[in-house]
Amino acid sequence: MNGVEGSTRPPYRKLAQWLADTPGEFLSSRRAQAELLFRRIGITFAVYGSQEATERLIPFDILPRIISRSEWTTLEKGLIQRVRALNLFLADLYGPGEILKAGVLPSELVYRNPAYRPEMAGRRAPHDVYVQIAGIDIVRTDDSSFYVLEDNARTPSGVSYMLENREVMMRLFPDLFAMHQVAPIENYPDRLLETLRSVAPRNASQDPTIVLLTPGQYNSAFYEHSFLADKLGVELVEGRDLFVRDDVVYMRTTEGPRRVDVIYRRIDDDFLDPLAFRPDSALGVAGLMGAYNAGNVTLANAVGAGVADDKATYTYIPDAIRFYLGEEPILKNVPTWRCREKEALSYVLSHLNELVVKEVNGSGGYGMLVGPHATRAQIDEFSKKLIERPDNFIAQPTLALSTCPISVAAGIAPRHVDLRPFVLQGAKDVCVVPGGLTRVAMTEKSLVVNSSQGGGTKDTWVVDDVPG
Amino acid sequence: MLSRTADNLYWLARYMERADFLARVIQASRRLASLPKAYGGAESEWESVLLSSGSAQTFNATGRKLTEGNVIDFLAFSPENPSSIRNCIQQARTNARAVRTALTVEMWEAINGGYLEMQSIEQLRGARSGEDLTRFLDFVKQVSLTYDGGAYRTMLRNDAYWFSRVGLFIERADNTARLLDVKYQLLLPEKEVIGGSLDYFQWAAILRAVSAHTAYQWVYRESLKPWLIADLLILRPEMPRSLTSCYESVARYLDRLANAHGRQGPAQRHARAVYGKLENMSVEDLFQSGLHEFIGSFIADNAQLNALLSDQYLF
Repeated sequence: MNGVEGSTRPPYRKLAQWLADTPGEFLSSRRAQAELLFRRIGITFAVYGSQEATERLIPFDILPRIISRSEWTTLEKGLIQRVRALNLFLADLYGPGEILKAGVLPSELVYRNPAYRPEMAGRRAPHDVYVQIAGIDIVRTDDSSFYVLEDNARTPSGVSYMLENREVMMRLFPDLFAMHQVAPIENYPDRLLETLRSVAPRNASQDPTIVLLTPGQYNSAFYEHSFLADKLGVELVEGRDLFVRDDVVYMRTTEGPRRVDVIYRRIDDDFLDPLAFRPDSALGVAGLMGAYNAGNVTLANAVGAGVADDKATYTYIPDAIRFYLGEEPILKNVPTWRCREKEALSYVLSHLNELVVKEVNGSGGYGMLVGPHATRAQIDEFSKKLIERPDNFIAQPTLALSTCPISVAAGIAPRHVDLRPFVLQGAKDVCVVPGGLTRVAMTEKSLVVNSSQGGGTKDTWVVDDVPG
Repeated sequence: MLSRTADNLYWLARYMERADFLARVIQASRRLASLPKAYGGAESEWESVLLSSGSAQTFNATGRKLTEGNVIDFLAFSPENPSSIRNCIQQARTNARAVRTALTVEMWEAINGGYLEMQSIEQLRGARSGEDLTRFLDFVKQVSLTYDGGAYRTMLRNDAYWFSRVGLFIERADNTARLLDVKYQLLLPEKEVIGGSLDYFQWAAILRAVSAHTAYQWVYRESLKPWLIADLLILRPEMPRSLTSCYESVARYLDRLANAHGRQGPAQRHARAVYGKLENMSVEDLFQSGLHEFIGSFIADNAQLNALLSDQYLF
């Protein structure tokens, strides 16, 4: 909330004034009310391997994170540019491979990447869209710069929290909304539905049948799956609800089989089709890839999209933007050392106590080293791993991440945050609703915001600029 | 709609109805068992509760002693009893979660709220007082009522609603039939001769279990007679728990489904046949053909409808 000189940044002035005028008890009663609402609505998140509960509430902070309209406009342009490039990149990697021929990035990084799917080589995704739904993780370090921390091109989650956080906030703080001009995000489901319709196979009917494919209610993001299916007005299906006959996908309904055109799948590639991928998986649909190859169904996102979002390819995305669009990237990457490169590796090894080191295929905040918070022994152990498999790691500086105020028992305190806006790429357009999911490291000084590691969320407001 | 969704909704309704029924029979039986022997109170009451809930076998398999405390714990809270109230509510919630998109917010909140409340009551296990039990049973009835009212007042009248309602009435008919089956000897006409006050409180308990005590007075305006109780709970269309009334609803909602789907099937024909039989029956026929035999064949017919429904809609 505070800028570099310690003064309140303009977008936060009204909130700061309101906080100053509001008694502490009011905030604590609203915090309790928010928790009750989340629990009652059942907005939960399953944590694997956790003994205490299979369902947990994600901690919710009741103070909004505020971004000014002018800041957002830049961010939005940058996001749209990035997602267009990601899609061109994927179409190229599974097609002619121009970017590899041009030597922009090493081809073994693509072809030996576990997320690369040879099954997709030479195939074209319907309308050449591979990533219909992207979640781009953004951090900022100072007043002026946003950095991309990570691209999520597989099945990014969290959009239900973005939407529900807003609903809960509107119920709890109508006055605060009246004081601000907050850009609405409630049209996200409509935009998503339009996006999914636009990428239906060309031979589908005018009114394509869209379904959302979930692994089922024990999946950590099941709440989100059911929430989205509901908002989209489409069936929430499990693998066992679908079957393939003559390369056409059908769902089992009480009125008999019904043809399916677009599958918004929230199941990982490996589990989608036991005939094409893991034979032991019961989550997917046998023959799905056959139907896909026959051009009878669209998968959103496409199989193999993960090759564009792992942390090794991530470092090349700014180059990909230049290569495909001939534009300078609007959003910078966080400076990143590719440990696969000799010089970078030796730099990383000698600066481990200042860096964050991540596995290129890791997610959820697992398998990483946060240098400044690590013990000597942890650093030694990690050096060994690094020397053994340098390809497997990248390193980034622990940026002076910006903080946001959150409401804690003792009052208001700053915590580190990041932002995940959701970008939709349809057959023609790319769009972003103004906002996103702000994730908060609930523990003091912590940099880890992942919900699987106890991180929380807060509502994100894009507000009209106020004169400086 | 998805077959799995229909299946989940159907069973969701059955589990909620079953939980409600169990709460009612436990309450009625506690009342009866606390009466002096001369008034019909007896330990054997708990055996008949197990029988009418269809869980006598599972109970015996646990090797527990047949005491009031054990039976109540088994029926209300036991995780080993697949039909305990606890498991019904938990199963209902699992089904509800799987098909949240097909439920209205009111229905989901009733079930989810009930489930959360149940967990806090469950933690009292071992140290529960009679008051805790009363509170729990009242609460179960409340959840079931809220859920049912939520469905009635907020659901679109489409296949989701019809499948839920069919589930509810099939379960309710099954419950009424089992209750009668266990008590059929009490209801036989000749009982009147040897009956008297001993049976009176047992008859009252049957009526109380299905909230029909007042209804009986309204319909017959005379003191409790066993064959009138049988008439009320089997044949009277105005009694919402009677087999006739349940089947009138089952047949109606199945017809709605058939209209929406454009095809009649074995489930519709079977339901109409059972309803027709009930509609044309008199209380004399009932006793002539043998009450026990009649109820036994009704329970089988009801189970057959369940199987036909699965074949026809649920794959």
